[in-house]
Amino acid sequence: MLCFFRRLAAAAALIAVTHPGMASAQTPPGVLVVAQIAEPKSLDPHAVTALNDFRILVNLYDGLVRYRSGTLEVEPALAESWTIADDGKTYTFKLRDGVAFHDGTPFDAEAVKFNFDRMLKEDHPFHDTGPFPLSFFFSAVETVEAPDAGTVVFRLKEPYAPFLSNLAYPTGLIVSPAAVKKYGKDFGRNPSGTGPFKFAEWQSNAKVVITRNEAYWDGAPKLEAVVFRPITDANTRVAEMLSGGVDLMVEVPPDNVATFADDPNFTVHEQIGPHLWFLILNTKEGPLADKRVRQAVNYAIDKKALTENVLQGTAVAAAGPTPPAFAWAYDKALQPYPHDPEKAKALLTEAGAEGAKLTFYVTEGGSGMLDPVAMGAAIQADLAKVGLNAKIETYEWNTFLGKVNAGLEGKADMAEMAWMTNDPDTLPYLALRTEATPDKGGFNSGYYSNPEVDKLLETARRETDRAKRAELYKQMQEIVHEDAPWAFIANWKQNAVTSARIEGFALQPSFFLLLHDVVKN
Amino acid sequence: MWGYIGKRLLIAIPILFGLSVIVFAMMALIPGDPATAILGSYATPENIERLNRQLGLDKTLVEQYFIWLGNLLQGDMGRSYALNRPVADEVFERFGATLLLAGTSLVLCTVFGLIAGIVSAVRQFGWTDRIVTFIVLIGISTPSFWLGLLLIMLFAVQLQWLPASGMYAIYGGGDLPDLLAHLAMPAVTLAVVATAVIARLTRAAMLEVLRQDYIRTARAKGLSEWRVIYRHAFKAALVAVIPVIGIQAGFVLGGAVYIETVFQWPGIGRMLVNAISTRDILLVQGGVLVVAASYVLFNLLADVAQTIVDPRLR
Repeated sequence: MLCFFRRLAAAAALIAVTHPGMASAQTPPGVLVVAQIAEPKSLDPHAVTALNDFRILVNLYDGLVRYRSGTLEVEPALAESWTIADDGKTYTFKLRDGVAFHDGTPFDAEAVKFNFDRMLKEDHPFHDTGPFPLSFFFSAVETVEAPDAGTVVFRLKEPYAPFLSNLAYPTGLIVSPAAVKKYGKDFGRNPSGTGPFKFAEWQSNAKVVITRNEAYWDGAPKLEAVVFRPITDANTRVAEMLSGGVDLMVEVPPDNVATFADDPNFTVHEQIGPHLWFLILNTKEGPLADKRVRQAVNYAIDKKALTENVLQGTAVAAAGPTPPAFAWAYDKALQPYPHDPEKAKALLTEAGAEGAKLTFYVTEGGSGMLDPVAMGAAIQADLAKVGLNAKIETYEWNTFLGKVNAGLEGKADMAEMAWMTNDPDTLPYLALRTEATPDKGGFNSGYYSNPEVDKLLETARRETDRAKRAELYKQMQEIVHEDAPWAFIANWKQNAVTSARIEGFALQPSFFLLLHDVVKN
Repeated sequence: MWGYIGKRLLIAIPILFGLSVIVFAMMALIPGDPATAILGSYATPENIERLNRQLGLDKTLVEQYFIWLGNLLQGDMGRSYALNRPVADEVFERFGATLLLAGTSLVLCTVFGLIAGIVSAVRQFGWTDRIVTFIVLIGISTPSFWLGLLLIMLFAVQLQWLPASGMYAIYGGGDLPDLLAHLAMPAVTLAVVATAVIARLTRAAMLEVLRQDYIRTARAKGLSEWRVIYRHAFKAALVAVIPVIGIQAGFVLGGAVYIETVFQWPGIGRMLVNAISTRDILLVQGGVLVVAASYVLFNLLADVAQTIVDPRLR
């Protein structure tokens, strides 16, 4: 027994001697250590759906186009320029010359064709390296042609204006065909792209390491390497940041933002993203079939209190169905429904809905749902103050999605929901059109129907002139705001903390984590 | 003895088989499915159907189960949907980490639990006994994930003696001292409750044995107190304590789920929680099977150990 303790003491002494101040683990210079929220699923950009994976992928790969820094507007990347035919159905891209994948093979038109054919054609020899869950982003694509090494032509089945911004989404990132052929289904663990960083190592559940691509076409990045660490527990993530084990952490819990903001050793970054947190209201049956009651719900909810108290300033009050991050399409004249319980009561009296009972679906958590249980309780209390009696039913996320996506009819009057999209078309088109009800494969779970909105959305997605398109979306926002098929609650500000040694970092409205310009002192 | 062990291992086969059927059925019955979990907001019926086809989930449940079983018998546990990786690779890598953590904890809780129990039994109602009993009570009542966070705040954030999380240093490291430094906090946290339980039971068992006539006889013979306690009392008390240690082994393995989350230990508990929430049915099957098999094995080991210590059971 004594011997055992002696050995233990010896081991402890050894640790102390060989690792002086080890845990204060100053991360090495030139190497950025990033605390992620989960283990990545795959490093094949066509196979994944989660933001957590995108944060790594946008540093390994490029798309034909990308979002200009600080905006959701598209600029050239692997394609130097493009033209759109007048019918809006043919997109011709001129590709950047002299770019190579990290595995040494050249980037050319054939490679682009391979990427989209693999995703979209079920008979493609490498289609079985999927599944490709978001390939429907490109379901409008009829064919991809490569007339010469420097030109790619996409022919669409019908005009589809969000096509360019979908190309800038991670599902549009370009992978090396040679690497896909070599690794097959394991490509996701042996990725090769053209991006500013090259893949070096993936140790399951411990780290993903990427290193500088000296030959990057847009200038080699300043960092030598980046290490992504999955740390699922938010408190542990905060502790690692405080103890110096990581240089950058994303998704700081609202409770901890102030701690970092007050400490000169850290910088807090915030950026409103293309996110909307809302309540789906059942416009088909029950008290909420009456527009006045839906407006009353919007007036009754104190969005300022929700965003400032429950979410502790990590979100701002939402005005309508389109998040302000889509600056070009956002209607700046639109104001959030003010918190006005008296007006809400008056509307309820007018509609004869005082004391109405509502079934309210709340989820325990889920992608982009922020703090859904606390939010649900606060909303319930606000509704009670104007005499609406909401009964909460709480479900685990996957169960919740199953119930809500199938439609609220016969089950509930309202449900929490959140969406994060890359184009102003996506959410309203999938969730507010008459033709988008659950039985027709859409997400209009509250059965909102307004022929005018339908027409605006259909026209907007075929309009390739952006100014005209923006005008259509603004009209849509005004109508939807007035009709109130949803209660518009919050737009999430994503946040991140960096240590004082980090410079040149900025969060993007796309929520991607671009590390090309980051410097570590 | 060998015949007994062989028989016990044979009995384990139908247990594991039954378990795999139950887990498969439960995963199929709970609401939600892998395609919805993967697609998230984009889970339209059309997208779900297409993805299910690609994942091979468009077959009937019974078909799916027998395909899984057939593959398993050929040593193939399938491929995880969520991790895009063979289940066997993930499960055994993770299980190794859990075994290291749970094993270290088990050694810690056995050693310290026995010492504390013996000391407080020998000094019954003395100051040592009171202090040990008090500490044990606190140990039993402390939620381990909370204790884990406190330790992180103290040793990683304030004192910066130990790394906050993970199994190896992110840069450099990878050697034994590095591993021990990362293992220290999670292993201690995980061991606390089990130590307290073992200490209590050891104390009770020792007190009972110490009142026996043969102990009085041993003392009357003039044996040294150390010999009386160690050779005569402790060995007899151990018979009652070993099954408890066996149960604690299972408890430690189960408790590892929280600890692995708090300390970001890449173990199988955390993997199972993630796999269930993403409805990653093959990964759940593989993980549960391995955990259950080890559980059966631990219990067998405890029984064998008891037979060795207690001649009456032979």
